[in-house]
Amino acid sequence: MRSVSAANIQPRSMEDVIARMQDEKNGIPIRTVKSFLSKIPSVFSGSDIVQWMIKNLNIEDQVEALHLGTLMAAHGYFFPISDHVLTLKDDGTFYRFQTPYFWPSNCWEPENTDYAVYLCKRTMQNKARLELADYEAESLARLQRAFARKWEFIFMQAEAQAKVDKKRDKIERKILDSQERAFWDVHRPVPGCVNTTEVDIKKSSRMKNPHKTRKSVYGPQNDVLTSFQKFTKYCFPLLFQITYWGGQLDRHRLKMSKVAESLLAYTELYVEYDPFITPTDPSNPWITDDTTVWELEASKEPGQQRVKRWAFGINEVLKDQVGREQFLKFLESEFSSENLRFWLAVQEVKKRPIREVPTRVQEIWQEFLASGAPSAINVDSKSYDKTTQNVKDPGRYAFEDAQDHIFKLMKSDSYSRFIRSSAYQELLQAKKKVRSSKP
Amino acid sequence: MRFSINPEMATQEVQPNETLTNLKAESDTLKTKLEDERAKLHDVELHQVAEKVDGLGQFIMKTRRTLKGHGNKVLCMDWCKDKRRIVSSSQDGKVIVWDAFTTNKEHAVTMPCTWVMACAYAPSGCAVACGGLDNKCSVYPLSLDKNENLAAKKKSVAMHTNYLSACSFTNSDMQILTSSGDGTCALWDVESGQLLQSFHGHAADVLCLDLAPSETGNTFVSGGCDKKANVWDMRSGQCIQSFETHESDINSVRYYPSGDAFASGSDDATCRLYDLRADREVAIYSKESIIFGASSVDFSLSGRLLFGGYNDYTINVWDVLKGTRVSILFGHENRVSTLRLSPDGTAFCSGSWDHTLRIWA
Repeated sequence: MRSVSAANIQPRSMEDVIARMQDEKNGIPIRTVKSFLSKIPSVFSGSDIVQWMIKNLNIEDQVEALHLGTLMAAHGYFFPISDHVLTLKDDGTFYRFQTPYFWPSNCWEPENTDYAVYLCKRTMQNKARLELADYEAESLARLQRAFARKWEFIFMQAEAQAKVDKKRDKIERKILDSQERAFWDVHRPVPGCVNTTEVDIKKSSRMKNPHKTRKSVYGPQNDVLTSFQKFTKYCFPLLFQITYWGGQLDRHRLKMSKVAESLLAYTELYVEYDPFITPTDPSNPWITDDTTVWELEASKEPGQQRVKRWAFGINEVLKDQVGREQFLKFLESEFSSENLRFWLAVQEVKKRPIREVPTRVQEIWQEFLASGAPSAINVDSKSYDKTTQNVKDPGRYAFEDAQDHIFKLMKSDSYSRFIRSSAYQELLQAKKKVRSSKP
Repeated sequence: MRFSINPEMATQEVQPNETLTNLKAESDTLKTKLEDERAKLHDVELHQVAEKVDGLGQFIMKTRRTLKGHGNKVLCMDWCKDKRRIVSSSQDGKVIVWDAFTTNKEHAVTMPCTWVMACAYAPSGCAVACGGLDNKCSVYPLSLDKNENLAAKKKSVAMHTNYLSACSFTNSDMQILTSSGDGTCALWDVESGQLLQSFHGHAADVLCLDLAPSETGNTFVSGGCDKKANVWDMRSGQCIQSFETHESDINSVRYYPSGDAFASGSDDATCRLYDLRADREVAIYSKESIIFGASSVDFSLSGRLLFGGYNDYTINVWDVLKGTRVSILFGHENRVSTLRLSPDGTAFCSGSWDHTLRIWA
């Protein structure tokens, strides 16, 4: 459920969260720290981030805060100033915000040549702390081989950039250098780290062209449409919408209170069958490595819990193979199995390849509905007429109306008799007997 | 439709725009009327009614198996009816059938395309279906002979004009339901490859689908990039109900076990519950700290729990009735892309961009 917090707005994205983190009044306090010989500008600690998140995002515990914070760092919104690996630690480690220029939402797709220029430039900076890490040195070597022919050009670009950088104010340079490094930590992550720039291919084409519209079924894509074309392009969808919504107005709806009670009742009924809530007996194979519960279920002897479930509704009997067999057996004993057999046969037809359908439909017609049929079923005259017509051009749904009618009959008649029958009651008691006879 | 399109009328500059405006107005009026009708019956919230239900205790859900073997992002998985085997597909084109209980790989196929976004196990357990960037859905019969080349027996069933996002067998090995980036869903006869029914109505890519769990029903629900969740009649091809409350792509839809409702997971970082009888959204599962999209959802057997796999690498477990989160599961090292409950509800499986699948119980 949406929790109502002080900020009162559900953040829609990491950028929403960052905006709040950077808020002057309620954000994370940013400061300049004096270290041995120099100043560390514009930083905040990992603990600052964790505390802010717990307080402002309604997060319950540190583990969750660290997880979300690490994700935000991995996406490059803030970064540890002394580490290529982008994680969040709940301690005094210093972090800095990334400049919006480098945010992922700008759809950066930096090329290897850009990375080559960057690494090359780094080697021109003779500060010990800016030395290349091993993986960076390896990347540089690889890039030098790959771009051997145009290396002179890359070198020139690196030189030009280094020149510009040197002219900057010392503090500003520190910040920009760290942000540029963090940018590359996102786009060329340390080996073994997640590359958060990977996208889901289903979404990527739309991300690049947010205004790209789907080819319309209703008309040409061309910008220059004639009046008539424009008319039909926008008109048809509206007409369909109007027809659809007009139809929906007449729909019968249930009140929320009724629906809620129904959902509660269903859940309550099945909670004892839900292994996540009620531990299974015998044990859950995934937890104890003991597959007894699966073996029991595969056997033809249904357990009491399973039999009990058949009484919840006709669907429970029909979807359980053993239930179906017992139901059929009971009806055969009463010489009234034709309804169920018809229903099962029609279900079978719908499962067959389309090629077999016409033959099967004829077979079912002969067995259950034709005059003089050996297993004649009673269908209302309307359904019978419709079915007679359908059978002339048989499709998978030839018996749909008849099947609906028979299902309603079974539900109210055969099924109720089955649940009240001694055969069913015996099955229900069976396991109990076995249990009590155990020493 | 009382309105007829007369080309002569259309060529006059003024008329078309006027008519279009009128149509738009009528459309908007109907929509408002519909929302009013729905709102009239909104006498209480689900979580309010659920106050009388006992709260759930503490859960101990752990990874019980980790399946390693894919060389790239796992995109989809499905369970076999035998409750222990699964099929999974990944970005590198590999489709693997596992006995998740022993973690042994039993079959492997390499598809001729990358990004195999959809896979499904046949009800008989004797075949699997898969597809993705090849715009097709293909069926591979599973041979008992481990040495037999599965790729040789491949059968192309579905053909779309854009990527295949999801596929599912109906209650038979003979029919497959597919959804695609081309904006449509379709039902196919496996043996002949014939299109039995197509479903048009989404205005953008369809990302997911789920068949209703009924023995008698013929419906399924689909979710798309148009933020809509549509319920379809498989027989007629008509959209019989539509829900549009999400604020972004719907990545996953799953029916509540009774078939009267379904849940959805979206890029808007929320999961929602829609009831078909009330014809409206009845719950939203969200938290301030959850800002990444939900990629995949499924219910526990009783429908009391909703498991959601998210793009922030976690799985959140929700109390469906009360609307609160009961657990957050860490473990995956990259996005969770797919999540399904096992057929008997004893476990659920999650697949991730970290190349692994995990079984949780």
